[in-house]
Amino acid sequence: MRLITFIILMTVLSITGIPASALTVDEIVNKSNQSAYYKGRDGSAQVSMTINDSQQRTRKRKFNILRLDVQDKKTNDESYCGDQKYYVYFQLPADVNKMVFMVWKHLSSDDDRWLYLPALDLVKRISSKEKRTSFVGSDFFYEDVSGRNINDDTHELIKEDENFFTLKNTPKKSGSVEFSSYTAWIHKETFLAVKIEYFDSKGEKYREYKALNVEYIQDYPTVTKAKMNDLRTGSETVLEYSNVKYNIDLPENIFTERYLRRAPLKYLK
Amino acid sequence: MRRIIGSLNRYFKNGIILFLFLTFSNSLNAQTAPTLPKGLLDNKSTNASPALPPGLKNNGVSKEPDDSSAAPMPLPFDLTAFCELRTGRRLHQGPNEQSTSLSESRLQIEIERQWTNIGFKLTSDFIYDTVLSRNRIRLDSGEGWLDLREANIYFSPAEFIDVKIGRQIMTWGTGDMIFINDLFSKDWNSYLIGRDNEYLKAPTDAFKISFFNTVANIDIYYTPYFMPDRYIDGRRISYWNNFSDQRAGRNMIIRPDQPSTGFKDDETGFRVFKNIKGYELALYGYAGFWKSPAGTDITSNKPIFPDLNVLGASLRGKFLNGIANIEFGYYDSHNDRSGKDPFIRNSEIRLLLGYEEEVSNDFTIGIQYYIENMRRHDNYRSGISNDYHRRKDTRQLLTLRLTKLLLKQNLSLSLFSYFSPTDSDFCLRPRISYKISDIWTVETGGNIFYGRHNYTFWGQFDKNTNIFFSIRRYFSY
Repeated sequence: MRLITFIILMTVLSITGIPASALTVDEIVNKSNQSAYYKGRDGSAQVSMTINDSQQRTRKRKFNILRLDVQDKKTNDESYCGDQKYYVYFQLPADVNKMVFMVWKHLSSDDDRWLYLPALDLVKRISSKEKRTSFVGSDFFYEDVSGRNINDDTHELIKEDENFFTLKNTPKKSGSVEFSSYTAWIHKETFLAVKIEYFDSKGEKYREYKALNVEYIQDYPTVTKAKMNDLRTGSETVLEYSNVKYNIDLPENIFTERYLRRAPLKYLK
Repeated sequence: MRRIIGSLNRYFKNGIILFLFLTFSNSLNAQTAPTLPKGLLDNKSTNASPALPPGLKNNGVSKEPDDSSAAPMPLPFDLTAFCELRTGRRLHQGPNEQSTSLSESRLQIEIERQWTNIGFKLTSDFIYDTVLSRNRIRLDSGEGWLDLREANIYFSPAEFIDVKIGRQIMTWGTGDMIFINDLFSKDWNSYLIGRDNEYLKAPTDAFKISFFNTVANIDIYYTPYFMPDRYIDGRRISYWNNFSDQRAGRNMIIRPDQPSTGFKDDETGFRVFKNIKGYELALYGYAGFWKSPAGTDITSNKPIFPDLNVLGASLRGKFLNGIANIEFGYYDSHNDRSGKDPFIRNSEIRLLLGYEEEVSNDFTIGIQYYIENMRRHDNYRSGISNDYHRRKDTRQLLTLRLTKLLLKQNLSLSLFSYFSPTDSDFCLRPRISYKISDIWTVETGGNIFYGRHNYTFWGQFDKNTNIFFSIRRYFSY
């Protein structure tokens, strides 16, 4: 009897234990999510996007981004992966100059989104049901910029080598998103996703993300250059972060109507 | 169409646009972008591990920042500008309307400098207009070759106070192209002839102070002299003239008696607002005048702007899969509270319900239901002679907005429509705009009016149905 139990146990372990990582899949996913979107308590960066379509027509976007984790300042939990607030201040192209896009990202409900149009002094509310819509006409989606809820997918470790955990992620509600699965190569030391490939319902790859450059900023490994390719249209967007700062003591009231109407210059420099 | 092209040609002959383009396009060409190196597309098998990006191999050593993209910033302020050519035609020919509804070239220059606690902004439009070729500048009504849209300074005298003084654009309230508690001046001519939506908002000369705290935020503004709407007066858009019982245009231009004594004929308003977990609650108040003529002085037989006070409230937030809003306002026309004076508009209750949802990727639908209920309609009815077209006690209005973005959000197709079941009239506003590049945009659209009767709100504009076309080029430093 003990022998049978032992054999069953060994079999189970040898199946589930492949690859024999010390971390559980959930831990990898959490750390990766944390590493991509939750470094420090808050942060600011200048972002430039270069969108090239298949005919090499180039469009550029330039904006500042402010981010705050909505957590108690005193606890300062480094593993926090909860609600966040984002403030995006546009400079280019000229027709969106000084426009502001603000998001209160919620994990348990739809996000709150606002858009400020300076020419009309109008604070507009935006419906936020669709998260996989192009962000400002680029190949990145809203979700790529502010993070996809990790609970929306099931995660499976399909490979582990010296550099990477390779995870296959499948949406729990198939049909709710345009992909049937995506595979992410998570760097083992930094937990940054270095490459992500998206597959459609036929199993064909149609979209690909690549981290092109990583810098250590205030000891946080940070992707400062990344590229998203849309393989169907031949369009690609290169995203570059500069002047990245963490833990800048952003007050939460920056993410209110007051600062939509008057940009918080102190934090945008 | 040939005539549109003809009028375009006339512009270019005038040389204004050409001059502007030549002046700016060489020095400010923002379209030089390097093409991305080829070979970055990874064609390896899907499960092949990617190469490590720079920065991950040599642990802890940060890369020198690449400063090749650092652009020189020689100006002491932000400068943005655009120039635009916009032309439009009426589809119906009436005796009192011009066939050209719109024909102007415009250069807008915006200068702003912001320090941590203080800043200034100056936005001026320079216009060459052949429809109303008036050269005398009138800054209050925006006539002439200069329309000063913003000229203000702003500062924070204390951490919880913001002040803005000078000419400014102000907006509040929750309606989409329906305004209840937003009593800031509107330019209805711009809105109906097909200028960019931004021109619906006319500037206001005001002192505005805002207080921010955790209980509720407060905005208060004061305008020392009455700034009416840039209302429909017959010059650009023909309208229903109740006294002559006919549609009138350039033959009967409205010249109202406007309250104009500084610091006496003034306007003031406030908003108390609070965001409770994403639900935006606001209370509003206004004391001033009806912003467009809403009465007649029977001794001088001139249209007037009677006194008006407004109190209202609104709530906006997530609802179902989209955004819902509700707004209410009580219009106290206190020169005629009894409603017995047929020459002064009665008090009204106004209510708006709205809902907007992104139903699929880049496709948004918005619907609104609005009612305007006249108080003391019985007195109004008994006071007005049978010769006039009486207003009903309630006007209902439905709006529908459809917006679809295509071609990576560079092509926008939209339709905004008003339909009134009580007035049996409607207004359709189709728009197509395309961003040719980051600096060039073209737009075409129309303003289509129809009514069963020619004395209702949209029905009176029947002869003004128009189409327009525009091309715009942006500049920025």
